[in-house]
Amino acid sequence: MISRQEVEHVARLARLHFSEEELEHLQPELGAIIDYVQQLSQLDLSGLPTTSHAVALKNVLRPDEPVPSLDHEAAMSNGPDVERGQFVVPRIG
Amino acid sequence: MGAIDVTTLTAQGCRDLLAAREVSSVELTRAYLDRIAAVDGAVDAFLKVDEAGALAAAEAVDAKPVGQRQPWEGVPIGLKDVLCVKGMETTCGSKILKGYIPPYDATVIARLRAAGLIFLGKLNMDEFAMGSSTENSAYKVTHNPWDLDRVPGGSSGGSAACVAASEAPWSLGTDTGGSIRQPASLCGVVGMKPTYGAVSRYGLVAYASSLDQIGPLARTVQDAAALLDLIALRDPRDSTSIGLSEPVGVPLQENLEGLRFGVVKELVGAAIDPGVREVFDTAVDAIGSLGGVCEEVSLPSMERGIAAYYLIAPSEASSNLARFDGVRYGHRHADADDLYEMYVRTRSEGFGAEVKRRIMIGTYALSAGYYDAYYAQAQRTRTLIINEFAGAFATFDYLISPVSPTVAFEIGEIADPLQMYQLDLCTIPVNLAGLPGISLPAGFSAGMPVGLQIIGPHLSEKGMLNAAYAMEQKLQVNTVAPLGEVAR
Repeated sequence: MISRQEVEHVARLARLHFSEEELEHLQPELGAIIDYVQQLSQLDLSGLPTTSHAVALKNVLRPDEPVPSLDHEAAMSNGPDVERGQFVVPRIG
Repeated sequence: MGAIDVTTLTAQGCRDLLAAREVSSVELTRAYLDRIAAVDGAVDAFLKVDEAGALAAAEAVDAKPVGQRQPWEGVPIGLKDVLCVKGMETTCGSKILKGYIPPYDATVIARLRAAGLIFLGKLNMDEFAMGSSTENSAYKVTHNPWDLDRVPGGSSGGSAACVAASEAPWSLGTDTGGSIRQPASLCGVVGMKPTYGAVSRYGLVAYASSLDQIGPLARTVQDAAALLDLIALRDPRDSTSIGLSEPVGVPLQENLEGLRFGVVKELVGAAIDPGVREVFDTAVDAIGSLGGVCEEVSLPSMERGIAAYYLIAPSEASSNLARFDGVRYGHRHADADDLYEMYVRTRSEGFGAEVKRRIMIGTYALSAGYYDAYYAQAQRTRTLIINEFAGAFATFDYLISPVSPTVAFEIGEIADPLQMYQLDLCTIPVNLAGLPGISLPAGFSAGMPVGLQIIGPHLSEKGMLNAAYAMEQKLQVNTVAPLGEVAR
């Protein structure tokens, strides 16, 4: 199970806000999912390494050669607020 | 030549008509656009149809002499809305990316553009590819062409439905836990997830990077093979890409002599509906009559796949989706007083319920104090599953199972997230192990399509698609959804 306090803490970490009504659904839903995935804690996997990628690759190298990439204007073309080639954001805290 | 009947056409059929100069690419493209206009009001596979762009591209093909064209030049295709197409709105089925116009092509898109394919438009999907029914799209619900009251599966529901409804001869989808194979099974078309790394992910909007793969959906195994050969390559822009060891070519194998198929015991048990099991058993018989040998094999950790997946995928998603912060693209909440509030309001308004749920699970699993218990344990389970597959492939050439425990369910029928997750039982372990898997139409249960899953070792695409071709010829399953009433 996951407590209301924990849900609110995780929401802050994830930069999400939930209304009271949403939290009423979310807390038990997350609780049920976490209870379900907790079945893995019963497995004794102490000798096994973790896998982060199923097809293991080592030292993927390429020649260090400059190639064309996006120009500045195209890269910024989707910015919701752009001024003089920079992204504008509200003040910090 | 008279009116083109797109319901009888495969991609190969389109290519043959163009090569024989029986139709122009404009006529062919127009025929598909007309079909979309006739049926998509009922199917809702497309989020955007790019009529002007498609016709302009087709005109450019027609201006070239037939002898100077590439093999697939002028053949139309539909694209899942998670792939970046330069100049074409790409939303991932999410409000947070409404209006996003990619300034570049994904590598697979660049490949198809260079091959001269005609882009019909962008296809509906579960938001950020999170879902098994396409009901999580922020824009619309896609309907299964075999029964419009039912879901097409997901997350590549639009990609599967558009092929089943003959709105495109083939399409691209993506598969993180079954998102190509499951909708292909539920809509009665061929859908293939390649080996992890066979296809570049550059320009694919990431959900779970260690699991995501792009792959083909088509009406026939030969078409799926051709589309895979068009997109597979090692790409310097995706350092995890390896390409295929050899091109698949045209699958033509006629029998399964000398091949051993393992029936995965844990994936054919009580969780599988009797009707699905019945179709699966006829497929096993078909393999036998083609000279293949089927034997049961136990892979006891398969059932842990769902738990491992719903830790690993949300963990990766919580990190990948941190980029949607209202700064560089997509939706931004306009009236925030400070940066933190802007982030929170932008994301809370922009993401749908399932995406938020997975971000929450992933953030929780990765947060201080829980990492070892959840994420690391899930990654060890992944190793366990990989080892079991490797053990089975020491004895068997391929493994088989159903794709989905059930046929397509009714829209709105499954509301509980955990119940929806359970439907991924047969497909998830394949992603966790990075293996190639295909859903092949195998028959029908109560009028709804049922797919057979074939799983192969890493980079076994050529052999796997040849085996699938032999079965396809034996099974002779209809892949044309009867949309007569709607189309009129």
